[in-house]
Amino acid sequence: MRRRDFLKLVPLLGASFARAEKVDYPIVTPGRVFAFPRDHGAHLEYRVEWWYVTGWLDTGLGFQITFFRARPEEASENPSSFNPRQVLFAHAALSDPARGRLQHDQRAARAGLSLAHVELERTGVWIDDWRLELEGNWYRARIPARDFDLDLSFSATPVVLQGERGFSRKGHRPEEASYYYSRPHMNVVGRLNGRDMTGTAWLDHEWSSAYLAPEATGWDWAGINLADGRALMAFRMRDKAGGTHYAPPGVSLRRLRTWKSPRTGVEYPVSMQLNDLRLEPLMDDQELDSRASTGTIYWEGAVRAFEGASEVGRGYLELTGYWKPMKL
Amino acid sequence: MLGLLRLFGARRPPGRLLLSAVGIALGVALGYGVHLVNRAAVRDVAAAVRSVAGEADLEVRGGRSGFAEEVYARIARLPDVAVASPVLELDAGVAGTERTLRVIGLDILRAAQLQPQLVMEDRYELLAPDKVFLSAAAAEALKLGKGDVLRLAVGQKTVELQVAGALSASSLRGVAALTDIATAQWRLDRLGELNRIDLRVTGNREDVREAIQALLPPGVHVTAVETLEEASAYPSRAYRVNLNVLAMVALFTGGFLVFSAQALEVTRRRGEHALLRVLGLKRAELSSLVLLEAGFLGALGSLAGLVLGYAFAAAAVRASGGDLGAGMFRGISAELDVSLAFAFLYLLAGIAVSLGGAVLPALDAARAAPARALKAGDEQAMFRRLAPAWPGLALIAAGMALSQLGPVAGLPLFGYASIGCLLLGAVALMPRISQLVFDLVPLPRTPHFVLALSQLRAAPGQAAISLAAIVASFSLMAAMAIMVASFRQSVDDWLDVVLPADLYFRTTQAGDTGYLEPGFEGRVRELPQVERADFLRTARIVLDPARPALSLIARDRAEKAFPMIGERVPGNVWISEAVADVYGYRAGQKLEMPLGGKNFSFVISGLFRDYARQHGAILMDRADYIALTGDRRTSDAALWLAPGTTVAQAMDALRALPGGGQLDIGEPGEIRALSLQIFDRSFAVTYAMEAVAVLVGLFGLSSSLGAMVLARRREFGVLRHLGLTRRQIGAMLAVEGGLLAFLGAAAGFAAGAAISLVLVYVVNRQSFNWSIELHVPWSLLSIFFATLVLLAVLTALLSGREAMGMGPVRAVREDW
Repeated sequence: MRRRDFLKLVPLLGASFARAEKVDYPIVTPGRVFAFPRDHGAHLEYRVEWWYVTGWLDTGLGFQITFFRARPEEASENPSSFNPRQVLFAHAALSDPARGRLQHDQRAARAGLSLAHVELERTGVWIDDWRLELEGNWYRARIPARDFDLDLSFSATPVVLQGERGFSRKGHRPEEASYYYSRPHMNVVGRLNGRDMTGTAWLDHEWSSAYLAPEATGWDWAGINLADGRALMAFRMRDKAGGTHYAPPGVSLRRLRTWKSPRTGVEYPVSMQLNDLRLEPLMDDQELDSRASTGTIYWEGAVRAFEGASEVGRGYLELTGYWKPMKL
Repeated sequence: MLGLLRLFGARRPPGRLLLSAVGIALGVALGYGVHLVNRAAVRDVAAAVRSVAGEADLEVRGGRSGFAEEVYARIARLPDVAVASPVLELDAGVAGTERTLRVIGLDILRAAQLQPQLVMEDRYELLAPDKVFLSAAAAEALKLGKGDVLRLAVGQKTVELQVAGALSASSLRGVAALTDIATAQWRLDRLGELNRIDLRVTGNREDVREAIQALLPPGVHVTAVETLEEASAYPSRAYRVNLNVLAMVALFTGGFLVFSAQALEVTRRRGEHALLRVLGLKRAELSSLVLLEAGFLGALGSLAGLVLGYAFAAAAVRASGGDLGAGMFRGISAELDVSLAFAFLYLLAGIAVSLGGAVLPALDAARAAPARALKAGDEQAMFRRLAPAWPGLALIAAGMALSQLGPVAGLPLFGYASIGCLLLGAVALMPRISQLVFDLVPLPRTPHFVLALSQLRAAPGQAAISLAAIVASFSLMAAMAIMVASFRQSVDDWLDVVLPADLYFRTTQAGDTGYLEPGFEGRVRELPQVERADFLRTARIVLDPARPALSLIARDRAEKAFPMIGERVPGNVWISEAVADVYGYRAGQKLEMPLGGKNFSFVISGLFRDYARQHGAILMDRADYIALTGDRRTSDAALWLAPGTTVAQAMDALRALPGGGQLDIGEPGEIRALSLQIFDRSFAVTYAMEAVAVLVGLFGLSSSLGAMVLARRREFGVLRHLGLTRRQIGAMLAVEGGLLAFLGAAAGFAAGAAISLVLVYVVNRQSFNWSIELHVPWSLLSIFFATLVLLAVLTALLSGREAMGMGPVRAVREDW
């Protein structure tokens, strides 16, 4: 009996046990031609995707707004409107040196019932009352969080394709890569807790099906808006021993000083030497506990970039996989 | 003072006093044990509600049939709703077993915001299709572990889900399984439906609650979680109060035991007490000496009782769960929680009862004039006075009046008070009655009979003490026996009416997911073996969210399904007595009821008797139900077989139908036996507690009779000198004991019959909201009666032998 004939019999045997199917994620390959605005929207077939806004307000505060999309590994034909075909997460954090640690909040929901949704033709993603949308030349983020209320707009500066024209290698295997573009030097206008604010921000939009090689445990990432108008993005994927598993050519990241979290006991290299730039955190404690949503603990913090003794730029540093190996 | 007590106490046989301490201990043990079990059960049920609700403030509940998922989306978008967690929660049958499993389908991403205990590392495995996490209790009961397959009966099919792991009891209580809401909707055949939403809200809670209620279809309610916690313990409240009252009865009987023991002690030690008075002890001091001793006994008994009660509760909870076998808290594992405050309370109660029992004897000890008391033969002085008849009569009148009053907050408190009054009244009247009766009995010719009767006539007070113990214990025993027998017989009769068909079948499980598909009904009706078939559909209806849901029964030929009571008017629904009692509906009234999300108005045609659904049931014709809802599913059916068809043939034919293999088929005989078995199990604790009360009463009888006989040693000495043989004295004592026991049991029976009327027509009706017919178990009562009289005769004989052991000369010489 052929397999398909056999499957037809299953319901007749009285048992309906639809095997969950493993999803075939598309592979990220070089040479993709980006088409905007379509590529500002979501790419639902890929395993993970994120829109990452980090920035400095002119009052000296750092902020981070992130929306993640994940496509679960197992899919089913379940017609229920709750079928979790896409799961959305969001993190928002505020770095205020006067407080000495992050204020943050998170959301998580399956897409559906118009309570959580991600759009295909433009950047447009929301979970309940948290949202990030691209309207004309401005992104707008509305984040009414537990401890703060962000209502910010970001000017859509020209797109910078990362890696090889938007193909960003993440490991040694060909499929270990992402599609990745950034928008540095975005102007920020809007309100924090109802008070008018201005500032400068950075947007990353990245999607992938194999972001992290099995040998890698996490990554160090930095995106810096330099004062002279240039911008710098650098990352390295770390191996289990803490060394570099993969880094793009010409990138060197070296730890200068570590800080140990009193809450989790995890030690982070909060100050790093990035090629000829020295990165110093706005404050040491920018650890973000997102176990309630994405299930991990990482460090995501505002940093200043120094060349010798002079400050030459500001941006964000992200340190993942120091708590436990990252899982995406 | 204590030194004196020890000095005089040293000469005493400790057995009798220890026995009264045992009586107190048993009473305290029962009271405290029942308290512990109830507390554990109630706390556990409330905690289960709390644990499921987590940090939610409000809960939307839609009964078994639920509501459309769009309602959730609308509520979640309200500005004051901070978190909305959708739930589809159903009792699903486990295929191939009789068990049901509570399957909770939820969105872990939402639920984790309200229930922090669900934030476990592998929680996102729930998002994978067809995965379940079992509670620890479910994993143990079903013997399933990670990677195994859980088979659930849905309709007449089986659905297979993969076990992703087991959850600790702190994450998921009871016999339950957690699954993704999408899996639950699809696999349990409830696409597009939810039946619960947990909510955390901001702003004024009552305003938000009203705003949400406005969005809900009829039959769906939004309720504060605290209200639900309170309501969760409600179903078992009457049962728990009943147990508490039984425990108090046992303690009360223990108090009688102390009274009789102390009264006879005081008599026996009249000389001692008089001597103490002569030595300078004041009246008040003498009274306190007696009370002190009683208090000491009470404390001793109570302490032992606390230990015993704890052991009893621990064993009971382990053996049958927090409901003590009554099936009230299914799937919940209770844990004992000992509070010192309550332990102390029960200790005090034990001491108080013991002191209460000793008050009269203590006063009497003090009242006696020392000079007279020192003389021999004065022991009967205490018993010579007769209490006036009016307090007893007044108590009985009060008891009768109290039985006419209605329930207080759903509890038959006046009924209990009435029983207490009747019992005390009967006991208080006993001296009068015994004098009346024994004076009426003609004196026989045989000398020892004459002596026995004369003794009873001359010392009615003393006889009254033994009688009190007999009347108290026998009346309670008789009342309980009559109540239980009436209930059982009524259930038996009821089963006759509700099981008229030749064969019954239903989907394998009683859960929410089993149903017979509409096509199956047609196939059954077409079977040549089947002459007629009545199908039945049940649903849950919430008329008041603070009360347990009602059952809706939609049945073919509904009118014939249950025994109808009272007047009947033209109408289209029938209500069970519980609905009439709790909601105040009467025949002829209109009843608004939500069906399938719409409100309909019905006219109540009459009341029916239903022992199966304590919270109430509404019965309607299935044709009406289908016309209003379009729902043709059923869960049960009753079959009448074609002439010449055997039950076995019909069963085979049913099983041969597609889907027939999943049926649970039963003959009325089996179902009846099973129902009665469940009945007996739920009364097991009642039987056990009754046995303890009776045991305490019998202790009282034998100890007081024994003491009475021992106190009359000198009299026996004199009688021996006068020429009576030991045998004759023994016979005299046997007659005395027998007559006493006979009178006591007869009076106890009369009092018990009166009490049983209160139990049957007041306590039972008000606690459980159903009526039962009085039925007296004559043979059982006769056995009780005979046992009591025999025991009394035996005790008298044995005590007599002990009393005559010292020989007549010494016995008389002891007269100083």
